[in-house]
Amino acid sequence: MCDTCGCGHDEVIIRKAGDEGHVHHHHSHEHKHSHNDAHSHSHANDGRELIVEEDILQKNNLLAERNRGYFEARNIIAINLVSSPGSGKTSLLERTIKDMKDKNNFYVIEGDQQTMNDANRISKTGVQAVQINTGQGCHLDSSMIRKSLDQIEIKQEGGFLMIENVGNLVCPALFDLGESKRVVIMSVTEGEDKPVKYPEMFSTADLCLINKTDLLPYLDYDLPLSLKYARQVNPDLEFIELSVRSGENMDKWYSWLEKLKPQT
Amino acid sequence: MHELSIAMSIVEIATDHALKDGAEIVTEIEIEVGDLSGVETEALDFAMEAAIKDTICRHAKWNIVHIGAKAFCPEKKKEYDVSDLYSSCPFCGEYGHELKQGKEMRVKSLIVE
Repeated sequence: MCDTCGCGHDEVIIRKAGDEGHVHHHHSHEHKHSHNDAHSHSHANDGRELIVEEDILQKNNLLAERNRGYFEARNIIAINLVSSPGSGKTSLLERTIKDMKDKNNFYVIEGDQQTMNDANRISKTGVQAVQINTGQGCHLDSSMIRKSLDQIEIKQEGGFLMIENVGNLVCPALFDLGESKRVVIMSVTEGEDKPVKYPEMFSTADLCLINKTDLLPYLDYDLPLSLKYARQVNPDLEFIELSVRSGENMDKWYSWLEKLKPQT
Repeated sequence: MHELSIAMSIVEIATDHALKDGAEIVTEIEIEVGDLSGVETEALDFAMEAAIKDTICRHAKWNIVHIGAKAFCPEKKKEYDVSDLYSSCPFCGEYGHELKQGKEMRVKSLIVE
């Protein structure tokens, strides 16, 4: 419960990797603390209708656009990585950063309900990592990203901001963070029908990484069927089948990222 | 349960508009929710009960108006009803046609005092 306003949202905590003791409080929505004293009682008419017509996600979307502008001004490519828990997002990031960091700047924002584990893992690769703990929250939103950017020092233009969203195939789909591209990760240890069970997420993604392909010989996973399901939901979705563990096809993922860079 | 964030945004929008109009209390909130917006009505009802607490919407009743989803077939130039995101077009058999409606999440109107 929030101390300031008594709202039901558990507090969001944003910290740099290794910064276990230092807590920045943040609420996942902007509060307007209202003041009723501007109008006298005599002004009020009983039961009048106000036409509002306002999109509920408008504030998130506006702030996402501001984040997008911030990234574009610094030539930063922001990637929103979404998946169910356990698909290998953090391992993918670790390996990608190790293999690409000599030629590229990387910054990482990690989203989890609890713990600093992922940001601490990522910071071992030598890049700046900020952890957002959403508490009871099930997704990141554009204002959390905005606040996290205050803790990231961008020393030079260019590079990648990798945002690892909370492991959840439902809620993160609705919240634009201001990313350049949305990448959904599915692993072959999950069911082939994930794309039709959670269509919103797959319909909003640009690329689908199918991870853990080194395990395919031991599983009954029907890869063509999962591709078919995903294309039903999103005919424009791109796919890369890879294994973070064995390194198979990681080069395809790296060239996909390289192609996002502004052509000079 | 992203419906809690959605509910809190609804209350925030309602509060902003009511205060701007000089109202002191919101008694009704009309919300439009598209069938493919990704919002569960039951979860939203549950979340709204929590979100209105200690706000000027605390005595408000809310009314959720459902908007059926429709897509457009560019080949036949016809609209059709859609019940999910993974079915093909009944006219041409293609997938992924643009939705014309059904993604709405909007605060439509309020009754304030």
